[in-house]
Amino acid sequence: MTRRVGAERAALVGAGALLVVFLAAPLVALLVATSGAELRAGLSHPLVWPALRLSLVTTSVSLVFVVGLGTPLAFGLARAQGRLARAVETLVQLPIVVPPAVAGVAMLAAFGRRGLFTGLLYPSGWAVTGTTAAVVMAEVFVSAPFFVQAATSAFRRVDPRLLLVARTFGASPLRVFFRVALPLSAPGLVAGAAMSWARALGEFGATLMFAGNLEGQTQTLPLAIYAALEADVRVARALSVVLVVVAFALLLAVRALLRRSTEAQASP
Amino acid sequence: MRPTPLLAVLLLPIALAAPGCRRPAEPADRLVVFAAASLRDGFTALGEPFRRAHPGVEVRFNFAGTQELRTQVEHGAALDVFASADPRHLRALAEAGLVEPPVVFARNELVLAVAHDAAATVRSLADLPQAGRVVIGAAEVPVGRYTLEVLDRAGAVWGADFRARVEAKVVSRELNVRQVLTKVSLGEADVGLVYRSDVASAPPAVVVVALPPEVNVVAEYPIAIATHAPRPALARSWVDLVQSVEGQAALTRAGFLAAPQAVVSP
Repeated sequence: MTRRVGAERAALVGAGALLVVFLAAPLVALLVATSGAELRAGLSHPLVWPALRLSLVTTSVSLVFVVGLGTPLAFGLARAQGRLARAVETLVQLPIVVPPAVAGVAMLAAFGRRGLFTGLLYPSGWAVTGTTAAVVMAEVFVSAPFFVQAATSAFRRVDPRLLLVARTFGASPLRVFFRVALPLSAPGLVAGAAMSWARALGEFGATLMFAGNLEGQTQTLPLAIYAALEADVRVARALSVVLVVVAFALLLAVRALLRRSTEAQASP
Repeated sequence: MRPTPLLAVLLLPIALAAPGCRRPAEPADRLVVFAAASLRDGFTALGEPFRRAHPGVEVRFNFAGTQELRTQVEHGAALDVFASADPRHLRALAEAGLVEPPVVFARNELVLAVAHDAAATVRSLADLPQAGRVVIGAAEVPVGRYTLEVLDRAGAVWGADFRARVEAKVVSRELNVRQVLTKVSLGEADVGLVYRSDVASAPPAVVVVALPPEVNVVAEYPIAIATHAPRPALARSWVDLVQSVEGQAALTRAGFLAAPQAVVSP
Protein backbone atom coordinates (compact mmCIF):
# COMPACT_ATOMS: atom_id res chain seq x y z
CA MET A 1 0.00 0.00 0.00
CA THR A 2 2.62 2.52 1.08
CA ARG A 3 4.84 1.34 -1.75
CA ARG A 4 2.06 2.10 -4.18
CA VAL A 5 1.55 5.57 -2.73
CA GLY A 6 5.28 6.17 -2.97
CA ALA A 7 5.33 5.06 -6.60
CA GLU A 8 2.41 7.28 -7.49
CA ARG A 9 4.02 10.23 -5.83
CA ALA A 10 7.30 9.53 -7.62
CA ALA A 11 5.46 9.38 -10.95
CA LEU A 12 3.76 12.71 -10.31
CA VAL A 13 6.96 14.39 -9.18
CA GLY A 14 8.81 12.86 -12.12
CA ALA A 15 6.31 14.16 -14.67
CA GLY A 16 6.36 17.64 -13.12
CA ALA A 17 10.13 17.71 -12.89
CA LEU A 18 10.36 16.73 -16.55
CA LEU A 19 8.41 19.84 -17.57
CA VAL A 20 10.46 22.05 -15.27
CA VAL A 21 13.67 20.72 -16.81
CA PHE A 22 12.33 21.22 -20.31
CA LEU A 23 11.25 24.80 -19.62
CA ALA A 24 14.41 25.71 -17.73
CA ALA A 25 16.92 24.06 -20.09
CA PRO A 26 17.03 26.81 -22.76
CA LEU A 27 17.24 29.55 -20.13
CA VAL A 28 20.01 27.75 -18.24
CA ALA A 29 21.84 27.18 -21.53
CA LEU A 30 21.49 30.89 -22.28
CA LEU A 31 23.08 31.79 -18.94
CA VAL A 32 25.85 29.19 -19.29
CA ALA A 33 26.65 30.20 -22.87
CA THR A 34 27.06 33.84 -21.86
CA SER A 35 30.43 34.54 -20.29
CA GLY A 36 30.99 37.34 -17.81
CA ALA A 37 33.01 39.29 -20.37
CA GLU A 38 30.22 38.93 -22.92
CA LEU A 39 27.68 40.10 -20.38
CA ARG A 40 29.80 43.16 -19.56
CA ALA A 41 30.21 43.89 -23.27
CA GLY A 42 26.47 43.42 -23.74
CA LEU A 43 25.61 45.73 -20.85
CA SER A 44 27.86 48.46 -22.18
CA HIS A 45 26.37 48.12 -25.66
CA PRO A 46 24.80 51.49 -26.63
CA LEU A 47 21.46 49.85 -27.50
CA VAL A 48 20.85 48.32 -24.06
CA TRP A 49 19.88 51.12 -21.72
CA PRO A 50 17.57 53.14 -23.98
CA ALA A 51 15.85 49.88 -24.94
CA LEU A 52 15.54 48.59 -21.37
CA ARG A 53 14.23 51.96 -20.17
CA LEU A 54 11.71 52.11 -23.02
CA SER A 55 10.60 48.55 -22.27
CA LEU A 56 10.03 49.31 -18.59
CA VAL A 57 8.22 52.59 -19.27
CA THR A 58 5.93 51.26 -22.01
CA THR A 59 5.05 48.04 -20.18
CA SER A 60 4.22 50.04 -17.02
CA VAL A 61 1.94 52.39 -18.96
CA SER A 62 0.30 49.54 -20.83
CA LEU A 63 -0.24 47.71 -17.53
CA VAL A 64 -2.10 50.76 -16.20
CA PHE A 65 -4.44 50.64 -19.20
CA VAL A 66 -4.85 46.87 -19.03
CA VAL A 67 -5.70 46.84 -15.33
CA GLY A 68 -7.71 50.08 -15.36
CA LEU A 69 -9.94 49.04 -18.26
CA GLY A 70 -9.69 45.28 -17.84
CA THR A 71 -10.83 45.07 -14.23
CA PRO A 72 -14.34 46.53 -14.79
CA LEU A 73 -14.65 44.42 -17.94
CA ALA A 74 -13.67 41.25 -16.12
CA PHE A 75 -16.06 42.03 -13.26
CA GLY A 76 -18.88 42.53 -15.73
CA LEU A 77 -18.05 39.35 -17.63
CA ALA A 78 -17.90 37.32 -14.42
CA ARG A 79 -21.36 38.51 -13.33
CA ALA A 80 -23.07 38.59 -16.70
CA GLN A 81 -25.07 35.67 -18.05
CA GLY A 82 -26.15 35.13 -21.61
CA ARG A 83 -24.84 34.77 -25.09
CA LEU A 84 -23.58 38.30 -25.59
CA ALA A 85 -21.32 38.10 -22.53
CA ARG A 86 -19.88 34.77 -23.74
CA ALA A 87 -19.31 36.25 -27.19
CA VAL A 88 -17.50 39.25 -25.71
CA GLU A 89 -15.43 36.98 -23.48
CA THR A 90 -14.37 34.93 -26.49
CA LEU A 91 -13.68 38.04 -28.54
CA VAL A 92 -11.26 39.50 -25.99
CA GLN A 93 -9.36 36.18 -25.93
CA LEU A 94 -8.75 36.25 -29.67
CA PRO A 95 -5.53 38.32 -29.60
CA ILE A 96 -3.89 35.34 -27.85
CA VAL A 97 -4.23 33.12 -30.92
CA VAL A 98 -3.39 35.79 -33.49
CA PRO A 99 0.33 35.65 -34.37
CA PRO A 100 1.87 38.92 -33.14
CA ALA A 101 3.06 40.05 -36.59
CA VAL A 102 -0.48 39.53 -37.87
CA ALA A 103 -1.73 41.53 -34.90
CA GLY A 104 0.60 44.32 -36.02
CA VAL A 105 -0.75 44.22 -39.57
CA ALA A 106 -4.30 44.26 -38.23
CA MET A 107 -3.50 47.25 -36.02
CA LEU A 108 -2.05 49.05 -39.04
CA ALA A 109 -5.27 48.30 -40.92
CA ALA A 110 -7.22 49.85 -38.07
CA PHE A 111 -5.06 52.70 -36.76
CA GLY A 112 -2.29 53.07 -39.37
CA ARG A 113 -1.83 56.01 -41.69
CA ARG A 114 -4.36 54.52 -44.12
CA GLY A 115 -6.28 52.71 -41.39
CA LEU A 116 -10.00 52.19 -41.21
CA PHE A 117 -10.44 54.51 -38.20
CA THR A 118 -7.62 56.92 -38.94
CA GLY A 119 -9.86 59.69 -40.26
CA LEU A 120 -11.95 59.59 -37.08
CA LEU A 121 -9.03 59.51 -34.69
CA TYR A 122 -6.33 61.90 -35.81
CA PRO A 123 -5.90 65.23 -37.57
CA SER A 124 -5.26 64.46 -41.22
CA GLY A 125 -1.75 63.46 -42.19
CA TRP A 126 -0.81 62.32 -38.70
CA ALA A 127 -0.77 58.78 -37.34
CA VAL A 128 0.20 57.18 -34.10
CA THR A 129 2.46 54.63 -35.86
CA GLY A 130 6.14 55.16 -35.21
CA THR A 131 5.56 56.80 -31.82
CA THR A 132 6.07 55.44 -28.32
CA ALA A 133 2.28 55.50 -27.91
CA ALA A 134 2.07 52.92 -30.69
CA VAL A 135 4.37 50.63 -28.66
CA VAL A 136 1.97 50.90 -25.71
CA MET A 137 -1.00 50.16 -27.99
CA ALA A 138 0.69 47.04 -29.37
CA GLU A 139 1.52 45.87 -25.84
CA VAL A 140 -2.03 46.45 -24.59
CA PHE A 141 -3.41 44.53 -27.57
CA VAL A 142 -1.32 41.42 -26.99
CA SER A 143 -1.24 41.44 -23.19
CA ALA A 144 -4.74 42.51 -22.09
CA PRO A 145 -6.37 39.11 -22.82
CA PHE A 146 -4.12 37.42 -20.26
CA PHE A 147 -5.24 39.82 -17.54
CA VAL A 148 -8.92 39.77 -18.48
CA GLN A 149 -8.97 35.99 -18.47
CA ALA A 150 -7.29 35.70 -15.06
CA ALA A 151 -9.37 38.53 -13.57
CA THR A 152 -12.65 37.07 -14.86
CA SER A 153 -11.99 33.71 -13.22
CA ALA A 154 -10.87 35.46 -10.01
CA PHE A 155 -14.14 37.41 -9.86
CA ARG A 156 -16.11 34.22 -10.63
CA ARG A 157 -14.69 32.60 -7.50
CA VAL A 158 -16.18 35.38 -5.33
CA ASP A 159 -19.39 34.10 -3.73
CA PRO A 160 -22.22 36.18 -5.32
CA ARG A 161 -24.18 35.95 -2.04
CA LEU A 162 -21.52 38.07 -0.33
CA LEU A 163 -22.07 40.83 -2.88
CA LEU A 164 -25.83 40.49 -2.46
CA VAL A 165 -25.57 40.76 1.32
CA ALA A 166 -23.43 43.88 1.02
CA ARG A 167 -26.00 45.41 -1.32
CA THR A 168 -28.88 44.65 1.07
CA PHE A 169 -26.91 46.46 3.80
CA GLY A 170 -27.16 49.54 1.60
CA ALA A 171 -23.70 49.62 0.01
CA SER A 172 -23.64 51.19 -3.46
CA PRO A 173 -22.56 48.93 -6.38
CA LEU A 174 -19.25 50.79 -6.63
CA ARG A 175 -18.66 50.38 -2.90
CA VAL A 176 -19.46 46.67 -3.11
CA PHE A 177 -16.99 46.35 -5.94
CA PHE A 178 -14.17 48.16 -4.13
CA ARG A 179 -14.78 46.87 -0.58
CA VAL A 180 -15.87 43.29 -1.22
CA ALA A 181 -15.21 41.99 -4.74
CA LEU A 182 -11.81 43.57 -5.26
CA PRO A 183 -10.14 42.50 -1.98
CA LEU A 184 -11.48 38.94 -2.32
CA SER A 185 -10.14 38.53 -5.84
CA ALA A 186 -6.92 40.51 -5.35
CA PRO A 187 -4.51 37.53 -5.55
CA GLY A 188 -6.02 36.43 -8.86
CA LEU A 189 -5.91 39.98 -10.22
CA VAL A 190 -2.27 40.46 -9.25
CA ALA A 191 -1.30 37.12 -10.78
CA GLY A 192 -3.13 38.06 -13.97
CA ALA A 193 -1.48 41.47 -14.05
CA ALA A 194 1.95 39.88 -13.64
CA MET A 195 1.31 37.46 -16.51
CA SER A 196 -0.01 40.25 -18.70
CA TRP A 197 2.99 42.44 -17.88
CA ALA A 198 5.40 39.62 -18.71
CA ARG A 199 3.71 39.10 -22.06
CA ALA A 200 4.01 42.83 -22.81
CA LEU A 201 7.69 42.81 -21.87
CA GLY A 202 8.45 40.04 -24.35
CA GLU A 203 6.27 41.55 -27.09
CA PHE A 204 8.04 41.72 -30.43
CA GLY A 205 6.08 41.13 -33.61
CA ALA A 206 3.20 43.56 -33.21
CA THR A 207 5.54 46.29 -31.99
CA LEU A 208 7.88 45.88 -34.96
CA MET A 209 5.00 45.95 -37.42
CA PHE A 210 2.83 48.64 -35.86
CA ALA A 211 5.29 50.90 -34.04
CA GLY A 212 8.48 50.26 -35.97
CA ASN A 213 12.05 50.07 -34.71
CA LEU A 214 13.69 53.36 -33.77
CA GLU A 215 16.19 53.71 -30.95
CA GLY A 216 14.88 55.51 -27.88
CA GLN A 217 11.42 55.86 -29.42
CA THR A 218 10.06 52.46 -30.39
CA GLN A 219 12.98 50.05 -29.98
CA THR A 220 12.09 47.95 -26.93
CA LEU A 221 14.50 45.37 -25.52
CA PRO A 222 13.15 42.43 -27.60
CA LEU A 223 13.58 44.52 -30.76
CA ALA A 224 17.10 45.50 -29.73
CA ILE A 225 17.86 41.81 -29.13
CA TYR A 226 16.60 40.88 -32.58
CA ALA A 227 18.63 43.68 -34.15
CA ALA A 228 21.73 42.54 -32.27
CA LEU A 229 21.08 38.98 -33.43
CA GLU A 230 21.65 40.16 -36.99
CA ALA A 231 25.03 41.64 -36.09
CA ASP A 232 26.53 39.71 -33.19
CA VAL A 233 24.97 36.68 -31.50
CA ARG A 234 27.02 37.30 -28.34
CA VAL A 235 25.54 40.76 -27.80
CA ALA A 236 22.07 39.34 -28.44
CA ARG A 237 22.69 36.64 -25.84
CA ALA A 238 23.88 39.18 -23.28
CA LEU A 239 20.80 41.35 -23.87
CA SER A 240 18.58 38.28 -23.57
CA VAL A 241 20.16 37.52 -20.20
CA VAL A 242 19.31 41.07 -19.10
CA LEU A 243 15.69 40.63 -20.22
CA VAL A 244 15.31 37.25 -18.52
CA VAL A 245 16.91 38.46 -15.27
CA VAL A 246 14.74 41.61 -15.14
CA ALA A 247 11.57 39.59 -15.80
CA PHE A 248 12.56 36.92 -13.27
CA ALA A 249 13.27 39.50 -10.55
CA LEU A 250 9.99 41.34 -11.09
CA LEU A 251 7.87 38.18 -11.26
CA LEU A 252 9.58 36.89 -8.11
CA ALA A 253 8.78 40.16 -6.34
CA VAL A 254 5.12 39.82 -7.35
CA ARG A 255 5.00 36.27 -5.96
CA ALA A 256 6.48 37.45 -2.66
CA LEU A 257 3.94 40.26 -2.52
CA LEU A 258 1.10 37.80 -3.22
CA ARG A 259 2.23 35.41 -0.52
CA ARG A 260 2.45 38.19 2.02
CA SER A 261 -1.03 39.51 1.15
CA THR A 262 -2.65 36.05 1.36
CA GLU A 263 -0.91 35.40 4.67
CA ALA A 264 -2.15 38.76 5.94
CA GLN A 265 -5.67 37.81 4.86
CA ALA A 266 -5.47 34.41 6.51
CA SER A 267 -4.03 35.51 9.87
CA PRO A 268 -6.65 37.93 11.36
CA MET B 1 4.28 4.32 -15.08
CA ARG B 2 7.56 4.88 -16.88
CA PRO B 3 8.26 8.42 -18.00
CA THR B 4 10.41 7.29 -20.93
CA PRO B 5 7.99 8.01 -23.86
CA LEU B 6 7.14 11.43 -22.41
CA LEU B 7 10.82 12.16 -21.97
CA ALA B 8 11.45 11.23 -25.58
CA VAL B 9 8.70 13.55 -26.80
CA LEU B 10 9.92 16.44 -24.70
CA LEU B 11 13.54 16.00 -25.68
CA LEU B 12 12.83 15.47 -29.36
CA PRO B 13 13.10 19.17 -30.31
CA ILE B 14 16.35 19.43 -28.35
CA ALA B 15 17.73 16.35 -30.09
CA LEU B 16 16.78 17.70 -33.51
CA ALA B 17 18.36 21.07 -32.84
CA ALA B 18 21.47 19.65 -31.20
CA PRO B 19 24.71 20.81 -32.80
CA GLY B 20 26.50 18.27 -34.90
CA CYS B 21 23.51 15.98 -34.78
CA ARG B 22 23.81 13.69 -37.79
CA ARG B 23 20.49 12.66 -39.18
CA PRO B 24 20.63 9.09 -40.44
CA ALA B 25 20.55 8.33 -44.16
CA GLU B 26 20.60 11.60 -46.09
CA PRO B 27 18.74 10.72 -49.29
CA ALA B 28 20.99 10.87 -52.34
CA ASP B 29 18.26 12.32 -54.56
CA ARG B 30 17.67 15.58 -52.73
CA LEU B 31 19.60 18.83 -52.99
CA VAL B 32 19.35 21.21 -50.04
CA VAL B 33 19.96 24.87 -50.92
CA PHE B 34 20.25 27.54 -48.22
CA ALA B 35 19.60 30.95 -49.78
CA ALA B 36 19.07 34.54 -48.71
CA ALA B 37 15.42 35.59 -48.63
CA SER B 38 15.91 38.00 -51.54
CA LEU B 39 16.84 35.07 -53.83
CA ARG B 40 13.45 33.39 -53.47
CA ASP B 41 12.03 34.33 -56.89
CA GLY B 42 15.23 33.81 -58.85
CA PHE B 43 16.14 30.46 -57.28
CA THR B 44 12.61 29.07 -57.34
CA ALA B 45 12.54 29.72 -61.09
CA LEU B 46 15.77 27.69 -61.46
CA GLY B 47 14.35 24.68 -59.61
CA GLU B 48 12.47 23.51 -62.71
CA PRO B 49 15.43 23.40 -65.16
CA PHE B 50 17.53 21.72 -62.47
CA ARG B 51 14.97 18.97 -61.99
CA ARG B 52 14.78 18.54 -65.76
CA ALA B 53 18.55 18.10 -65.95
CA HIS B 54 18.56 15.73 -62.94
CA PRO B 55 15.42 13.59 -63.16
CA GLY B 56 14.25 12.24 -59.84
CA VAL B 57 16.20 14.78 -57.82
CA GLU B 58 14.24 16.97 -55.47
CA VAL B 59 15.46 20.52 -54.74
CA ARG B 60 14.70 21.77 -51.27
CA PHE B 61 15.14 25.50 -50.50
CA ASN B 62 15.62 27.11 -47.13
CA PHE B 63 15.05 30.84 -47.65
CA ALA B 64 15.78 33.10 -44.67
CA GLY B 65 17.88 36.04 -43.56
CA THR B 66 21.56 35.36 -44.21
CA GLN B 67 22.45 35.70 -40.50
CA GLU B 68 19.79 33.15 -39.56
CA LEU B 69 21.05 30.72 -42.18
CA ARG B 70 24.62 31.19 -40.99
CA THR B 71 23.58 30.38 -37.42
CA GLN B 72 21.85 27.22 -38.63
CA VAL B 73 24.97 26.15 -40.55
CA GLU B 74 27.17 26.83 -37.53
CA HIS B 75 24.90 24.56 -35.50
CA GLY B 76 25.30 21.65 -37.86
CA ALA B 77 22.42 21.97 -40.32
CA ALA B 78 22.72 19.58 -43.27
CA LEU B 79 23.03 21.50 -46.52
CA ASP B 80 24.69 21.28 -49.92
CA VAL B 81 24.83 24.88 -51.11
CA PHE B 82 24.75 28.27 -49.40
CA ALA B 83 23.89 31.45 -51.36
CA SER B 84 24.27 34.60 -49.28
CA ALA B 85 23.20 38.24 -49.60
CA ASP B 86 26.21 39.33 -47.61
CA PRO B 87 29.79 38.32 -48.44
CA ARG B 88 30.88 38.74 -44.82
CA HIS B 89 28.77 35.86 -43.52
CA LEU B 90 29.93 33.43 -46.17
CA ARG B 91 33.55 34.51 -45.69
CA ALA B 92 33.23 33.76 -41.98
CA LEU B 93 31.80 30.31 -42.74
CA ALA B 94 34.61 29.64 -45.20
CA GLU B 95 37.20 30.65 -42.60
CA ALA B 96 35.55 28.26 -40.14
CA GLY B 97 35.95 25.49 -42.74
CA LEU B 98 32.21 24.95 -43.08
CA VAL B 99 31.96 25.95 -46.75
CA GLU B 100 34.34 25.96 -49.68
CA PRO B 101 35.69 29.27 -51.04
CA PRO B 102 32.70 31.30 -52.31
CA VAL B 103 32.24 32.90 -55.74
CA VAL B 104 30.11 35.95 -56.56
CA PHE B 105 27.20 34.92 -58.80
CA ALA B 106 24.91 37.96 -58.73
CA ARG B 107 24.80 41.60 -57.76
CA ASN B 108 22.08 43.85 -56.50
CA GLU B 109 21.70 47.59 -56.06
CA LEU B 110 19.52 49.90 -54.03
CA VAL B 111 16.50 51.78 -55.37
CA LEU B 112 13.91 54.07 -53.81
CA ALA B 113 10.49 52.54 -53.29
CA VAL B 114 8.11 55.52 -53.20
CA ALA B 115 4.47 55.42 -52.15
CA HIS B 116 2.08 56.74 -54.84
CA ASP B 117 0.98 59.68 -52.67
CA ALA B 118 4.58 60.86 -52.36
CA ALA B 119 5.65 60.22 -55.96
CA ALA B 120 5.26 63.91 -56.84
CA THR B 121 7.46 65.00 -53.92
CA VAL B 122 10.19 62.37 -54.17
CA ARG B 123 11.38 62.11 -57.75
CA SER B 124 15.03 61.40 -57.03
CA LEU B 125 17.39 60.67 -54.16
CA ALA B 126 18.04 64.41 -53.81
CA ASP B 127 14.38 64.89 -52.77
CA LEU B 128 14.64 62.36 -49.94
CA PRO B 129 14.91 64.96 -47.13
CA GLN B 130 11.60 66.44 -48.37
CA ALA B 131 9.72 63.18 -47.76
CA GLY B 132 7.39 63.06 -44.76
CA ARG B 133 8.29 59.64 -43.43
CA VAL B 134 11.24 57.51 -44.47
CA VAL B 135 11.86 53.86 -43.60
CA ILE B 136 15.29 52.23 -43.99
CA GLY B 137 16.94 48.98 -42.95
CA ALA B 138 18.57 48.74 -39.52
CA ALA B 139 22.35 49.21 -39.51
CA GLU B 140 22.71 45.59 -38.35
CA VAL B 141 21.27 44.11 -41.55
CA PRO B 142 23.00 44.34 -44.94
CA VAL B 143 20.39 46.58 -46.60
CA GLY B 144 20.70 49.07 -43.75
CA ARG B 145 24.48 49.12 -43.99
CA TYR B 146 24.31 49.74 -47.75
CA THR B 147 21.69 52.47 -47.19
CA LEU B 148 23.93 54.38 -44.79
CA GLU B 149 26.77 54.02 -47.29
CA VAL B 150 24.56 55.54 -50.01
CA LEU B 151 23.53 58.42 -47.73
CA ASP B 152 27.18 59.13 -46.87
CA ARG B 153 28.13 59.15 -50.53
CA ALA B 154 25.17 61.40 -51.30
CA GLY B 155 26.55 63.83 -48.73
CA ALA B 156 29.47 64.48 -51.06
CA VAL B 157 26.99 65.60 -53.74
CA TRP B 158 24.20 67.36 -51.84
CA GLY B 159 25.97 68.66 -48.74
CA ALA B 160 27.57 66.97 -45.75
CA ASP B 161 24.37 67.13 -43.69
CA PHE B 162 22.39 65.11 -46.26
CA ARG B 163 22.49 61.92 -44.18
CA ALA B 164 21.42 63.80 -41.03
CA ARG B 165 18.54 65.47 -42.88
CA VAL B 166 17.32 62.10 -44.14
CA GLU B 167 17.78 60.40 -40.77
CA ALA B 168 15.63 63.12 -39.18
CA LYS B 169 12.77 61.80 -41.34
CA VAL B 170 13.39 58.14 -40.54
CA VAL B 171 10.46 56.72 -38.58
CA SER B 172 11.67 53.13 -38.41
CA ARG B 173 14.78 51.03 -39.08
CA GLU B 174 13.37 47.71 -40.19
CA LEU B 175 15.10 44.42 -39.50
CA ASN B 176 14.69 43.08 -43.00
CA VAL B 177 14.33 44.58 -46.43
CA ARG B 178 10.92 43.07 -47.15
CA GLN B 179 9.54 44.88 -44.12
CA VAL B 180 10.81 48.19 -45.54
CA LEU B 181 8.82 47.51 -48.71
CA THR B 182 5.77 46.43 -46.70
CA LYS B 183 5.76 49.69 -44.75
CA VAL B 184 5.88 51.70 -48.00
CA SER B 185 3.21 49.66 -49.77
CA LEU B 186 0.92 49.97 -46.73
CA GLY B 187 1.41 53.74 -46.82
CA GLU B 188 3.08 53.83 -43.40
CA ALA B 189 6.11 55.43 -45.00
CA ASP B 190 6.48 57.66 -48.05
CA VAL B 191 9.83 56.25 -49.12
CA GLY B 192 12.03 53.27 -48.36
CA LEU B 193 15.39 52.10 -49.65
CA VAL B 194 15.25 48.52 -50.91
CA TYR B 195 17.08 46.21 -53.34
CA ARG B 196 16.17 46.35 -56.99
CA SER B 197 15.31 42.64 -56.82
CA ASP B 198 12.68 43.38 -54.17
CA VAL B 199 10.71 45.56 -56.58
CA ALA B 200 11.18 43.36 -59.68
CA SER B 201 7.55 42.46 -59.19
CA ALA B 202 6.73 45.76 -57.53
CA PRO B 203 3.47 46.01 -55.59
CA PRO B 204 1.14 48.38 -57.48
CA ALA B 205 1.15 50.91 -54.62
CA VAL B 206 4.87 51.59 -55.09
CA VAL B 207 6.83 53.65 -57.61
CA VAL B 208 10.44 52.62 -58.21
CA VAL B 209 13.04 55.40 -58.50
CA ALA B 210 16.63 54.53 -59.48
CA LEU B 211 19.56 56.03 -57.60
CA PRO B 212 22.30 57.98 -59.40
CA PRO B 213 25.03 55.40 -60.18
CA GLU B 214 27.75 57.57 -58.63
CA VAL B 215 26.21 57.26 -55.15
CA ASN B 216 24.75 53.77 -55.39
CA VAL B 217 26.42 50.71 -53.88
CA VAL B 218 26.52 47.28 -55.42
CA ALA B 219 25.71 44.36 -53.13
CA GLU B 220 27.51 41.15 -54.05
CA TYR B 221 25.85 37.76 -53.64
CA PRO B 222 28.34 34.90 -53.14
CA ILE B 223 27.58 31.18 -53.35
CA ALA B 224 29.54 28.27 -51.87
CA ILE B 225 29.35 24.50 -51.61
CA ALA B 226 29.20 23.14 -48.06
CA THR B 227 32.39 21.36 -47.02
CA HIS B 228 30.41 18.36 -45.75
CA ALA B 229 27.78 18.51 -48.48
CA PRO B 230 26.02 15.13 -48.55
CA ARG B 231 25.63 15.47 -52.37
CA PRO B 232 28.70 17.39 -53.59
CA ALA B 233 28.14 16.54 -57.27
CA LEU B 234 24.60 17.90 -57.25
CA ALA B 235 25.82 20.94 -55.30
CA ARG B 236 28.42 21.59 -57.99
CA SER B 237 25.80 21.39 -60.75
CA TRP B 238 23.57 23.87 -58.87
CA VAL B 239 26.43 26.36 -58.62
CA ASP B 240 27.16 25.83 -62.33
CA LEU B 241 23.49 26.32 -63.23
CA VAL B 242 23.30 29.57 -61.27
CA GLN B 243 26.34 30.88 -63.16
CA SER B 244 25.16 29.64 -66.56
CA VAL B 245 23.43 31.77 -69.22
CA GLU B 246 20.10 30.30 -68.16
CA GLY B 247 20.75 30.95 -64.47
CA GLN B 248 21.93 34.50 -65.03
CA ALA B 249 18.84 35.18 -67.18
CA ALA B 250 16.54 33.94 -64.40
CA LEU B 251 18.33 36.14 -61.88
CA THR B 252 18.14 39.15 -64.18
CA ARG B 253 14.39 38.57 -64.54
CA ALA B 254 14.23 38.56 -60.73
CA GLY B 255 15.84 42.01 -60.71
CA PHE B 256 19.49 41.14 -60.10
CA LEU B 257 22.48 42.46 -62.02
CA ALA B 258 24.66 39.90 -63.77
CA ALA B 259 27.74 38.56 -62.03
CA PRO B 260 30.94 40.48 -62.71
CA GLN B 261 32.97 37.56 -64.08
CA ALA B 262 32.48 35.88 -67.46
CA VAL B 263 29.48 33.62 -67.54
CA VAL B 264 30.35 29.95 -67.83
CA SER B 265 28.44 27.62 -70.11
CA PRO B 266 26.30 24.94 -68.42
